[in-house]
Amino acid sequence: MLLNQFLILAAALFALGIYGLLVRRNLVLILLSVELMLNAVNINLIAFESVFRSELAVGQVFAIFVITVAAAEVGIGLAIVIMIFRNRRSANVDDLSLLRW
Amino acid sequence: MTPLVLATEAEHVVEAGITGGFWVDTAGIMLVLPFAAFLLIMAVGKRMKRQGAEIAIGALAINTIWATVLFVLNMTEGVLAKTTFEIARIGTVAGKEIVFELGWVVDGLSIMMFFLVNLIGLLVFIYAVGYMHGDVRIPWFFAAFSLFAGSMLLLVGAPNLIQLIIGWEGVGLASYLLIGFYWEDLDNVRAGNKAFLVNRVGDVGLTLGAIIVALAVGSFDFGAINLAAAEHLEALSSVAVVGGLLLFLGAMGKSAQFPLHIWLPDAMAGPTPVSALMHAATMVTAGIYLMARTFPLFQNLAEAARPWMVAIGAITLFAMGLLALVADDIKKVLAYSTVSQLGYMMTAVAAGGYTAGLFHLFTHAFFKALLFLGAGSVIHAVHSNNMSEMGGLRKDLPITYWTFLIGSLSLAGIIPLAGFWSKDEILATLGDEGYTAVMWLAIAGAFVTAFYMTRTVALTFHGTYKGHGHPHESPRVMTVPLVLLAIPAAIAGIFSIPGVSLPGIGNFGQWLAVREVAMGDHHGEAIEWVLAGSGILAALAGIALGWMIFSRDRGTQTARDSFEVPVLYPLLRNKYYMDDLANGVVGGTMGPVARFVNWTNTYIIDGLVNAVALLTKALGSFVYGIVDQLGVDGVVHGLSAAADGAGSALRKMQTGRVQQYAASVVGGVLALIIVFVFVT
Repeated sequence: MLLNQFLILAAALFALGIYGLLVRRNLVLILLSVELMLNAVNINLIAFESVFRSELAVGQVFAIFVITVAAAEVGIGLAIVIMIFRNRRSANVDDLSLLRW
Repeated sequence: MTPLVLATEAEHVVEAGITGGFWVDTAGIMLVLPFAAFLLIMAVGKRMKRQGAEIAIGALAINTIWATVLFVLNMTEGVLAKTTFEIARIGTVAGKEIVFELGWVVDGLSIMMFFLVNLIGLLVFIYAVGYMHGDVRIPWFFAAFSLFAGSMLLLVGAPNLIQLIIGWEGVGLASYLLIGFYWEDLDNVRAGNKAFLVNRVGDVGLTLGAIIVALAVGSFDFGAINLAAAEHLEALSSVAVVGGLLLFLGAMGKSAQFPLHIWLPDAMAGPTPVSALMHAATMVTAGIYLMARTFPLFQNLAEAARPWMVAIGAITLFAMGLLALVADDIKKVLAYSTVSQLGYMMTAVAAGGYTAGLFHLFTHAFFKALLFLGAGSVIHAVHSNNMSEMGGLRKDLPITYWTFLIGSLSLAGIIPLAGFWSKDEILATLGDEGYTAVMWLAIAGAFVTAFYMTRTVALTFHGTYKGHGHPHESPRVMTVPLVLLAIPAAIAGIFSIPGVSLPGIGNFGQWLAVREVAMGDHHGEAIEWVLAGSGILAALAGIALGWMIFSRDRGTQTARDSFEVPVLYPLLRNKYYMDDLANGVVGGTMGPVARFVNWTNTYIIDGLVNAVALLTKALGSFVYGIVDQLGVDGVVHGLSAAADGAGSALRKMQTGRVQQYAASVVGGVLALIIVFVFVT
């Protein structure tokens, strides 16, 4: 049974993603970290699908969905990053603390 | 409708040939149109070319068509109809339900009044277009004027006492508005107030009299009241004297009978067309009309009251005529003249001369409207009311002069002008009814009338001009009404030559006898030449004396008047001290009462009120200080303070650093995982 290895890989990728999300200062790298976490989820979906086969291949379909949504999300996210960079000459997340009390 | 009861004397019998048909059924339009005009002028008058005058004139022109047709129909065949609409049921008295109705009655009397009010109103309105040209508030003037005419029509068309009172008060209101028309001057406002308040005294009588009579009869309807009077109804005859005198008090107020005449001379403060309409056809004739409308009540039941009413009328006709001798203001001369002539009418009606009094009302309306409009034309030319600033105007104002002269001679009672016939009829009535002393007083009054009118004509139109500037004849819009009024002022007498019935149309007495109930009044059979001669002689003597004294130009008016009898002159100049007396009597009797009421008010009522107020205030302080400030406000303030503090503390969490938020989310998820995995 090859499931455990996939799950461990996915958990490691997810942890990496969380780590990057929390400690990276560059907006682009934070976006990449989010992508890592999404792909960790995708690995989980495919792994479970290959073990517990379903009639409609739900796991694979969901993975495709996640990829699609991730693509859209990155499109918007990068656009925001570019606009911020143009306005502030910086992509450092610590400089973006205007929305507070 | 009450069946037609006709008089017993053969020559009074008039068959009412017409009791319906288009003109009769739609007669109510005359009561409605002026009010519609009033509203319309108020709404759009300002934007019209003639500022609303065309609406007022249009309404009265239509009315005049109706009135004239009805007048002619009544002349030839007699018109008698009544249309009423039930508005409310008031209650039951003596087994009869008292109903409040509005509507219109079309009979000889009301048709005569419709004709007068509409025709003279129309001419005065046309005249006013010229007279008021360039004056202030013209739309308001014509609106109030329409209201004035409309109220009078409502009054004379009234089938019952309630509608009469409504119109009566409307006339009072409109006259108040018009007398105080130039309200920028406080004197004019005071004159309006005086007219209104003096009229109120009479109105108390009218209202009480109406209630007493209606309760006795069981109806406010004139037909029912007059029928009850004609049949000597028991319930009515017991209250007839009191009710009649109270109604007479109302008539005294409106028709300016001594001692309630004091408002009328002051009412000259309004524009001259108002005076003309007020003195000729509306307002002051209302009292006489009321007496005529309820004539059977006075004629059949209230006999004890009649000598008093005749006496009041006699005092008015003589004493007020004397006042006209010393007035300098031409309008005041005419005003006192009106009061005096109203005295003639009242005397005649009270003495039993229904036709005589109303015929004098009819002719007087024409020549007094003519005289007032002539005076207005003079005032328009010389810009002053005072005859001491006039004189010699007959060359400059020829049309005004000749028409004024016709009016004056008619008023003085010179044969064959209209005034002669109506005054002669009154004299004949007084003689035949046994009021001989009053008859001689009335002849003396004719002398006084001729005297003061001669003085007025001499001072105004003869001698030399003493005013400023160069006077000009008035425009055509003013002189045409003068000429049109001069015609009836001259020839209206032919309608009521004693004993003469004109072919096809009868005479004035027959027209007026077309009523639901026969009047049973006095009628002259033929001219009494001794009496008529005395009247003419008195008038000629008055003219001769007046001409002797006033035709020569003796400088100012004061110099001419001061030759007068020493005691009489100051008495007249001060109007018999009636104004002072009125103030003294009312002030003297009402003063202590007022002071007592004031004392009661200050110490007793105010004390109670103040005590209640203090209690309320203490209670209020308690509620405010303890309940509101500490209780209610404490809760509210506490809640808001808590929210404020929590907000201050919690907002610190909002750092704006995205990764701290993300860390919180991760921490939360971890906490949830720990809970799900290890706790459950």
